[in-house]
Amino acid sequence: MSTSAVIMMIVSIALVWGGMITALINVYRFPDMQREDSEATTAPR
Amino acid sequence: MSAQPREQWSTRTGFLLAAIGSAVGLGNIWRFPAVAYEKGGGAFLLPYLIALLTAGIPLLILEYTIGRRYRASAPGAFRRMWRPAAAIGWWQVAVCFVIASYYAVILAWAVRYVGFSFTESWGDDPDGFFSSFLETAESPGTISSFVPGVAWTLLAVWLSALVILALGVRRGIERANKIFIPLLVVFFVVLVVRALTLDGATVGLDAFFTPDWGALSDGSVWVAAYGQIFFSLSIGFGIMITYASYLGRRADLTGSALAVGFSNSSFELLAGIGVFATLGFMATRSGLAVDEVVSEGVGLAFVAFPQIISEMPLGAFFGVLFFGSLVFAGLTSLISIVQVIVSAVEEHTGMGRIRTVVSVGIALTVVSTGLFATDGGLYLLDAADHFINAYGVALAALVSLIVVSWVLRRLPRQQAEADATSSVRLGVWWRLCLGVVTPLVLGWMMVDSLRQELSRNYEDYPTSFLLWAGWGVAGAALLAGVLLSLLRRPRDRPGNGPGDDVPQPAGTPPDVPRVPPRIEDAPEHGRQGRGPGPRPADDGTSEESS
Repeated sequence: MSTSAVIMMIVSIALVWGGMITALINVYRFPDMQREDSEATTAPR
Repeated sequence: MSAQPREQWSTRTGFLLAAIGSAVGLGNIWRFPAVAYEKGGGAFLLPYLIALLTAGIPLLILEYTIGRRYRASAPGAFRRMWRPAAAIGWWQVAVCFVIASYYAVILAWAVRYVGFSFTESWGDDPDGFFSSFLETAESPGTISSFVPGVAWTLLAVWLSALVILALGVRRGIERANKIFIPLLVVFFVVLVVRALTLDGATVGLDAFFTPDWGALSDGSVWVAAYGQIFFSLSIGFGIMITYASYLGRRADLTGSALAVGFSNSSFELLAGIGVFATLGFMATRSGLAVDEVVSEGVGLAFVAFPQIISEMPLGAFFGVLFFGSLVFAGLTSLISIVQVIVSAVEEHTGMGRIRTVVSVGIALTVVSTGLFATDGGLYLLDAADHFINAYGVALAALVSLIVVSWVLRRLPRQQAEADATSSVRLGVWWRLCLGVVTPLVLGWMMVDSLRQELSRNYEDYPTSFLLWAGWGVAGAALLAGVLLSLLRRPRDRPGNGPGDDVPQPAGTPPDVPRVPPRIEDAPEHGRQGRGPGPRPADDGTSEESS
């Protein structure tokens, strides 16, 4: 593979997969209010 | 009568997997790699990422806010926003009907090819085998015979999808995605690892990633990047509105959109690596340049890949992984497309979920089998797919963006809706992207596409054929949307829809998180009870009455 192709492969993987990992970490660090809602709907009255 | 609540995803992960399952479809595997290669290789990453951040994710967020706020199907959500806008939602439902009817057929082919892979039934002529398998007619425009080999598999595909939908949001859609998405990832990762170990894999990767920076000055590259992001993310179908309508009132919308958008792109990149490593093997083996073996779409999956499978060691194993991945990716997307229709019909008619799924399923199965499991099916599918995407999905998205951002000027309100409960706050950039950038790009895509249609018949098909199978289908979807929006809903009572918006006094600032209604556990399926309820106030502008 040419140097430019290797660099672009690394940059692509870092940006796209790095973006996914960052986004997933962000989502799971935020309180799961969806679950709270869900639990609220199932709580006995 | 107490109103029964709308179904909800049981967990955030369930929603994320379903949204990712919808976004990751056949296009990720067979379209992205070729588009990226042809439009600048490694340099394509730049317009692609810009398109993701300025159009894909902003649109995803908008659809999430609409779905979560109005808690209704696509037509119901648009109707509650502004009554005439219901036509946009019904248009999307009609578009989904068309797409689902042929998408299932491709799934049926993939299912058969999983079986064919074991014996490499295509022999040394995959192209001829594919044509004889589909019993493809000599020319487009005629349907003279039925293809039982496709039809029976198609019925099985429909049965599987409909059973999942009949089980409901939690037990059906969510559970299916929790099974199929991990399976898809495992299958595809194994496939990519295998592809990377083939002779010539680096030749393919070199072709795929070598940047052509000069391409960035070509407008068509940017249009292709926006088009790829747009068609790949399941936006503009009403799917994300429908899926977000099953979210809790306090769900994180922007964080979810970022996760779904980047996950979808990550899978595309993985597919690009896998496909081009495989094409590199084929090029090396046949002594050709990579650009001579590149293909996309149906040709890549059902002609090029079988040929490669025949030439590689352990080809059957590779074939099962590849076609199995297509089946998993396609099935999770098909479910989401049909759910748009089911949700709208269920809400409109008041029928229970199972009755709705059966009714919609029968209609789809009849159309799908009657038109596409025939000798003329491949041509019809090709034309319908091209025109419904350009003048159905993209045009409906453009119209909805203009209505929401310019006619109703709802973006600030939708932004407040997202910001109230989300991990990433939106700024003026979001409104700029949706109000200016995306409509301009979509508008340009439309003009560009029309110019091409007028300069040359798509795939050189006869005009008479394109008039009904292409323009006719796209026009019929639009007409159906308008007509359906004019129908009086049998159960159209103010405030009686499942998941009506929580009443807010007119003028209530939308950036106040609303208290979720105290409701009982949602039934997984069955009739959605609708009692008389309060008028769904939409900040004083709702148009729910008829």
